[in-house]
Amino acid sequence: MSENLDDMYREIILDHYKAPRGKKPLEEKDITSDGHNPSCGDELKMELKVDKKNNIADVHVNCKGCAISVASGSMLAEYIKGKSLKEVKLISEEIKKMLKGEESKITEDIGDLDSLKGVRQFPVRIKCALLAWMTLIEGVNKFENGTKPDSFTVSTEDDK
Amino acid sequence: MSTETTKKDFLFDVQKIKSDFPILQRKINGHRLVYLDSGASTQKPIEVIDAHTDYFKKINSNIHRGLHTLAEDATNAYEKTRSHIAKFIGGTKTSEIIFTAGTTESINLVAYTWGETNIAEGDEIVITDMEHHANLVPWVMLAKRKNAIIKRIPITDEGRLDLSDIQNIITEKTKLVSLTHMSNVLGTVNPIKEIVQIAHQKGAVVLADGAQSVPHMPVDVVDLDVDFYAFSAHKMLGPTGVGVLYGKEDILDKMPPFNMGGEMISEVSFERITWAELPHKFEAGTPNIAGVVTFDTALTYLENIGMENIHAYETKLTAYAIKKLIQIDGLKIQGPYNTINRGGAVSFTDKNLHPHDISTFLDSKGIAIRAGHHCAQTLMKRMRTIATARASLYIYNDEADIDALHDELFAMRRYFGHE
Repeated sequence: MSENLDDMYREIILDHYKAPRGKKPLEEKDITSDGHNPSCGDELKMELKVDKKNNIADVHVNCKGCAISVASGSMLAEYIKGKSLKEVKLISEEIKKMLKGEESKITEDIGDLDSLKGVRQFPVRIKCALLAWMTLIEGVNKFENGTKPDSFTVSTEDDK
Repeated sequence: MSTETTKKDFLFDVQKIKSDFPILQRKINGHRLVYLDSGASTQKPIEVIDAHTDYFKKINSNIHRGLHTLAEDATNAYEKTRSHIAKFIGGTKTSEIIFTAGTTESINLVAYTWGETNIAEGDEIVITDMEHHANLVPWVMLAKRKNAIIKRIPITDEGRLDLSDIQNIITEKTKLVSLTHMSNVLGTVNPIKEIVQIAHQKGAVVLADGAQSVPHMPVDVVDLDVDFYAFSAHKMLGPTGVGVLYGKEDILDKMPPFNMGGEMISEVSFERITWAELPHKFEAGTPNIAGVVTFDTALTYLENIGMENIHAYETKLTAYAIKKLIQIDGLKIQGPYNTINRGGAVSFTDKNLHPHDISTFLDSKGIAIRAGHHCAQTLMKRMRTIATARASLYIYNDEADIDALHDELFAMRRYFGHE
């Protein structure tokens, strides 16, 4: 494990952890998706409002968990608003690759999300950072397959 | 901690003991290793490490079958550990000591042999609300196979067994009571003897999970009168992959074997197979010989300090740890504050911080603790938490280790902005 704690708990991450974005539950939602991380008990609830052009109109993330999973969920809420479902799925896959240390095709400026890279040095914590993104992918997939909200549940153990 | 305090208050020289454990010299992230995760697995003294090497250098061989010198030496060493354990836990017969891979396998052995033949539809199996998954999942699955019923002894908010309704929980329908001797999360030491008496009055047998108790206090299974008792070598200075199941001879005799293969048979033909005598009936195949032989040295190391001394020392250190930790704002001890009938597993939660963040932070300062659900998800639910952080103590810990934990927990709250 890394000697330098600040590599993982970067200022941006601590900022998101202390004041998570997307805290307000949505009144109208098209997607709800729940994720959990059985190894540490983290739980995450996500609500998404999708507009007619299939763009994310609004996001709510409620994560009960560690600083990394909360910060990752908060960054997700901030980042995906206004993005199309296609873009959202693409970036989620790329974030997954980035966290797992695989080659990622990200060329654009992903802002705060870049700070999640520090988690790579702490292998046991990668799942914490992944939770929000896996919950998102699951929710969007189910939405596109026509499954109704409130029935989506994903576990970080599903991604072996 | 001043050395003077150590010598005056405690019954052995902790600094000398620390020096027996080579791993404690290791620097972790630039800091002295403060190992507070002995509830998960203890470190090993140099004597044990050497014994393991010596086994392979001098007597390595298979046991119970060869007729050459090495086979005889290895067999003798293996059986010597068995006799040692029989003495260590109160003077049982050697035929009542079965080697397994660990506590989990010991309990599964009982579930799949005794359980399969003695539990029928409608029978009741009593466990408690503080069990490790190793003493919960095998019984829940057995109950499912047999349509039997699982009943639980509840716990109080303090984290002790609530025995107020025990006469209605353990009934004439109860076939088995299986409970931990000491909780790996709460540190609570349960009144096994009292529960055994109640269970026996109702005709039930009792299994006690001793994984957290045998390493830390004198245990006499004959006096407790338990029917089965399970524990692991690696939580008491020994190697991983070695466990013990104690069972009363008359019960073991009636049980079918667990694994089938070599060593556990007497005579084999295609028409008829007879089982070996106890304890070999339950030891099919080549066991972890090196581990078992090495375990003998670990037992001797503990005996030289004295289990009474170890227990007294850890009780004092646990009281010190609780006293220090409750000084930190936002921290809550999950388990009894009173050290009577309480061991040195000290779980805590922080009202703001997740145990994983606590553990990562402490690790960066060289302090090893456990964070998570501790294989006790049902207990976490009862405690209304998703996970805890746990510092668990052993003979090589001292007040300086507790002080380091305390100071870094303070620093941690500042770091995460929860001053």
